[in-house]
Amino acid sequence: MASPLAPPERVWWKPAGLLEKTWVRIAFVWCLFLTAMMPIWFLMGKQNVPGESYRIDPPAFRERVMAFVEQYRVGEEQGIPVVEPPPGSDVYLFGRMFQWYPIVKLKVGETYRLHVSSLDVQHGFSLQPLNINLQILPGYVHVITVTPTRAGEYSLVCNEYCGLGHHIMVSKLIVTE
Amino acid sequence: MATRALEWGRAQFRTCSATGLQVDLAAERLIKANAVAAVLFLTLGGILALLIALTRWQVIHLLPADLFYRFVTAHGFNMLVAWIVFFEVAGLYLGGVVLLNARQVAPRLGWLAWLLMVFGAVLVNVIVFLGKADVMFTAYVPLKADPLFYVGYILFAVGALIAVGIFFASLVVAKLEGRYEGSVPLVTFGLATAATIAVYTLLSGAITFVPAFFWSLGLLENYDPGFYRNVFWGFGHPAQQINLAAMVSIWYALAAFTTGAQVLNEKVSRFAFILYILFINLGAAHHLLTDPGYGFTWKVTNTSYAMYLAVLASMIHAFTIPASVEVSLRRRGFTRGLFGWLRSAPWREPGFAALAISMLLFGWIGGVTGVVIGTEQLNMLAHNTLRVPGHFHATVVGGTTLAFMGFTYYVIPLIFRRELKLKRWASLQPYVFGLGMLLVSVGMIAAGLQGVARRHWDITFANAPFPAPIPGTVDLALAVLGIGALISVVGGAMYIAVVLASVLTGKRVEPKSVTLVQAPPEVAGSPGTENPGAPAVGAGAEEHPEPRGTFVIVLVFLMFFAAYYLANWWLLGRAWFIR
Repeated sequence: MASPLAPPERVWWKPAGLLEKTWVRIAFVWCLFLTAMMPIWFLMGKQNVPGESYRIDPPAFRERVMAFVEQYRVGEEQGIPVVEPPPGSDVYLFGRMFQWYPIVKLKVGETYRLHVSSLDVQHGFSLQPLNINLQILPGYVHVITVTPTRAGEYSLVCNEYCGLGHHIMVSKLIVTE
Repeated sequence: MATRALEWGRAQFRTCSATGLQVDLAAERLIKANAVAAVLFLTLGGILALLIALTRWQVIHLLPADLFYRFVTAHGFNMLVAWIVFFEVAGLYLGGVVLLNARQVAPRLGWLAWLLMVFGAVLVNVIVFLGKADVMFTAYVPLKADPLFYVGYILFAVGALIAVGIFFASLVVAKLEGRYEGSVPLVTFGLATAATIAVYTLLSGAITFVPAFFWSLGLLENYDPGFYRNVFWGFGHPAQQINLAAMVSIWYALAAFTTGAQVLNEKVSRFAFILYILFINLGAAHHLLTDPGYGFTWKVTNTSYAMYLAVLASMIHAFTIPASVEVSLRRRGFTRGLFGWLRSAPWREPGFAALAISMLLFGWIGGVTGVVIGTEQLNMLAHNTLRVPGHFHATVVGGTTLAFMGFTYYVIPLIFRRELKLKRWASLQPYVFGLGMLLVSVGMIAAGLQGVARRHWDITFANAPFPAPIPGTVDLALAVLGIGALISVVGGAMYIAVVLASVLTGKRVEPKSVTLVQAPPEVAGSPGTENPGAPAVGAGAEEHPEPRGTFVIVLVFLMFFAAYYLANWWLLGRAWFIR
């Protein structure tokens, strides 16, 4: 054996000790398990990262959201429209400095497709206290297929720094029975 | 002064009285300059850390919003880039020149690299503090900073790339000139791993920031934010893997300094470093796990480092380093039970304390949480929450920074050739700093688990149009973070005090031994000691000890790892159905 600070002996390719070898094997098996968990959950789990997305120009997406709001508007809070789309429908939502638009009302146990994008800089879609967090980029629409399992009023926080007003960027998402 | 300077070519050497190494004075000067720059940027970053933490500690909420975001930007740059890369460049000259008894290749180019890095780092700071780049360390496009901000980054990266090139040239020249026989030492091998990772990291940085510079000038109309994130993290995450490889090398060095540890098996340890080179760059994709535009297969292949082979590498080092300490101490006669060697270890020696605590924080907190939040689906629970900085404060600060601090204490007598002052502070410092960082990381992770966002000035949303109620336990978690930050800052200040006192007022010495406070412990007469004349009585030392205690420790670690990992899947299973 040699110090790690000095060149080793000429031939250092030697069999490892029993415990060292055993640990490397145990660790490798653990790594295989860690790898396997992701495809297993992908096939069997109910919570997976949305894999669907498409590209769009921010002004075009804004138009799409406005049309959606026009169609299903049921009220207004703090100047932001509240929208209640029918179960199973496509929902359109944008983030911009420093608000989410519009406020969406969903029903427990129904499945919706949330199309979320940004009109300006990057934002973070953080649904609290559920603690589900996704990255939102301008020019890309994230399609989040979601089935709320519990009713309540949830906060929609921006958790990607988006400028000096970042900390007031919050909205809500309402889930009714 | 007992320096024996010998002429060899144009280089001037002295012989180190503690290690017998021949030290090129040009390399020594470069090491000093880079180490000094590192400590200065650490000081600046540390002051910012205190102000930021006292703002996030909701009860105190010190800074106004704009200064908070500005200081988070500056803190990220000064710590993650300036402090660590300067220290690593010092480490490269140490490992690539001094350890090999070699000549410093192209010292003038080394100074040019240093100047570029200093200039780049100062430029970034000036622009940020002028309020022209409130964009965070990540500067995600399309948030725009002043063009000079990107110039600062680019100059720093070019300087660092030159230093890495000098390191590789030194290895080749040392070999050609016959300065060492056979393979390079393991520590140099690990640093070469870090330098290899550094090459593609810095190239990725260039691909990120050069277009950003033109875009900020208006010469490039559109810079795709998805592409930016991909190449930025090709720079940002591997930059932390440079730290990882450098830190592991320094762990091996500290084990050797403080307990006389030897490499158990060169093949296994070097294989683990090779795994880093081959697979760790894939980890950059961790940052894109919840981004639009990527498919499941791409994300899983990358985020798992092709089957967690880089994690395997870290788990190997997590065994081989403590095992080398155990074997060394057992050979010195500390053979009682499973952990007798651990009780007798030199806990007052700063390098040993730094090694032990750095490994503990890096592995148990940083490594475990890193694998968890880097798992494709689990990342949804953690992305952009305080769990992320909780993870990397355990790795980069509790792990890398503490290891580098511990290593500095040895650089002072060996390279600065000054007596270490305030030795009691040096002995205590790793414990204080380690405790502080433990609280910081745990506080952040606990807050993040409850959904608290990172880089956020006011999670009470006092001025926001809608309330976002937060549970009272969040306040507790943020208080733990704040108290931890105060303790860490005390630990950091102790480090800086020891370094300044030693470098500025320490007696000029030619060190006689490597250790500073406590020599590697020995039981008299055991066969492991360098004392062949003494009779081998009453020692009971083992000649070929197996690291049984370490094996038990890593098994317990694996159980902890598994428990935290599975608990997170359970947590995810309670969320809404999402796909």
